Amino acid sequence: MAKKTAQFDAVKTLEKIEDQFEMFQILDQDGNIVNEDAMPDLSDEELQELMHRMVYTRILDQRSISLNRQGRLGFYAPTAGQEASQIASHFALEQEDWVVPGYRDVPQIIWHGLPLSQAFLFSRGHYLGNKSPEGVNVLPPQIIIGAQYVQTAGIALGLKRRGKSSVAITYTGDGGSSQGDFYEGINFAGAYSAPAIFVVQNNQFAISTPRDKQTKGKTIAQKAVSAGIPGILVDGMDPLAVYVATKDARDRAVNGEGPTLIETLCYRYGPHTMAGDDPTRYRTDEMDTEWEKRDPLVRFRKFLEDKNLWNEERENESIEQAKEEIKEAIKVADDTAKQKVTDLMEIMYDEMPFNLKEQYEIYKEKESK
Amino acid sequence: MAQMTMIQAITDALRTEMKNDENVLVFGEDVGLNGGVFRATEGLQKEFGEDRVFDTPLAESGIGGLAIGLALEGYRPVPEIQFFGFVFEVMDSVSGQMARMRYRSGGKYSSPVTIRSPFGGGVHTPELHADSLEGLMAQQPGLKVVIPSTPKDAKGLLISAIRDNDPVIFLEHMKLYRSFREDVPEEEYTIELGKADVKREGTDLSIITYGAMVHESLKAAEALEKEGHSVEVIDLRTIQPLDIETIIASVEKTNRAIVVQEAQKQAGIASSVVAEINDRAILSLEAPVLRVTAADTVFPFSQAESVWLPNAKDVIATAKKVLEF
Repeated sequence: MAKKTAQFDAVKTLEKIEDQFEMFQILDQDGNIVNEDAMPDLSDEELQELMHRMVYTRILDQRSISLNRQGRLGFYAPTAGQEASQIASHFALEQEDWVVPGYRDVPQIIWHGLPLSQAFLFSRGHYLGNKSPEGVNVLPPQIIIGAQYVQTAGIALGLKRRGKSSVAITYTGDGGSSQGDFYEGINFAGAYSAPAIFVVQNNQFAISTPRDKQTKGKTIAQKAVSAGIPGILVDGMDPLAVYVATKDARDRAVNGEGPTLIETLCYRYGPHTMAGDDPTRYRTDEMDTEWEKRDPLVRFRKFLEDKNLWNEERENESIEQAKEEIKEAIKVADDTAKQKVTDLMEIMYDEMPFNLKEQYEIYKEKESK
Repeated sequence: MAQMTMIQAITDALRTEMKNDENVLVFGEDVGLNGGVFRATEGLQKEFGEDRVFDTPLAESGIGGLAIGLALEGYRPVPEIQFFGFVFEVMDSVSGQMARMRYRSGGKYSSPVTIRSPFGGGVHTPELHADSLEGLMAQQPGLKVVIPSTPKDAKGLLISAIRDNDPVIFLEHMKLYRSFREDVPEEEYTIELGKADVKREGTDLSIITYGAMVHESLKAAEALEKEGHSVEVIDLRTIQPLDIETIIASVEKTNRAIVVQEAQKQAGIASSVVAEINDRAILSLEAPVLRVTAADTVFPFSQAESVWLPNAKDVIATAKKVLEF
């Protein structure tokens, strides 16, 4: 059936929407400001602190990989390449905010207050790694892709109901944006105007599956439109752009304007995890090289050096501090008593049911030998 | 005392706890203005406001996640899953997340969520409304699973479930919602989770059951009584954790037992009860412990359900096998 002209054009509507999602950038890959108007109001000390955290986190990633190879760490999902997306988004938060991480988002919860030694215990499969200190509102890294999105909607609704000026931020990847829970999370938070920030770190691959196989959508940010919430596409290798986008989302959230979806375009230099993934099977050297040119540390270092806010000495201080603290944290993890099955039985329920009570005695006996 | 149906008793329990604790929130699909598809939340939005009794978007996993998140902010969520056949949509939030919250956070967080949901056969629903899926829930460490069989129990158990500091799956048999009334105290009271109720004392045979099958078993017990058999009927009320003490004491007294459930035979609660009796009281037994269950198919389309579901006659037949062994 022929369509009457100009009544509607669904394809044109889509194209119009998709074209709106241009990548927001402040610092280009050479460290030049390309968007002066959007520059954040950060002091020199804050800019230095942001760089310090990114350098520290890069070292943490390198050390974690080598500790994993030495058999001194367990599960580990590399973070290099995603520092701007992770650290600069977290930098826009306040201490009372909730951070609801996926399994690659350990840096954010460390900078939110989880001791490094606990992050290592988590990696080693020790339950105490997940017991964040009081006053540090973080959940253990989520393993089920997308589950953190629906939970974040709930936390955010709780914050709103309590009248708190806090937000809940959560993270997933480009693969996670295909999950049902992704849509349910952004939709629920939108329906209740809950103060949530949903970040998609689009690092181009879900393990090996490329971004283009996840969705026909030109961007992931545009998925926000379906939930009636703002979405923004950000250069996820640009710490200033990520910071500004997150800060803006946070401001609107605490003003009662509801959630925001932020897609950060970034790249994971390393493998998916240290458990045997081989990125050469699905990525080319050219692609790696192209993304490495956009490195967040390189461009931010250049930007800060131009302002005389960074130099080799500062860089080395951050590196040494990271190395020193990693060493200490590993020692704390080494000195932590091995977890027992009986420890876990004690926290399965508030009160132990009969079956566990019986089994508790059996395991106590087993563990005493 | 007031005469109440089970659905009225459930509403009464919700109202009681909403009055007692301002952190109790009731939400789900159509639970607000509409009062729920079975009217379990009738009048609650009017009484407590849209802030505490609210409709959600139509997405079960979202409802589960919402409950987990609200609990993290100190609330006591009482979400409704409109029919328990829809639980597959929220399995991760239930089994993957809330059941593990205390454990995986090293004891820092918990999920004091009570999920209410209708289930059960005999009311000619479309597919995936009536299925007995309690066995799936009972297999998940971290959850408690409660199935009341009377209005009075429903109120006391639901209040206990809401007050419990761990997630509770509270399953409401649709056929029992309005099948009878009984005296229900108007004041608040609790019935301890994990405690069975001896509905009828006897010395020759123990029938261990729960949910709608309690009533089929009671009918069977009366018929058997007329034939000279003294039959004890135990309503488990909580199927996870089981009330082992009551089960074993009864079996040690009667030396014969059958287990009756509406669910299919494979895996499931009846199997667990038989295994517990085997572990703890096998030398008291004069006969094998048999099960009365539905067949190992998925829940049938409604024209076949009345034959598929176990009934009092099936209970009597199996009871006789054990009594005459």
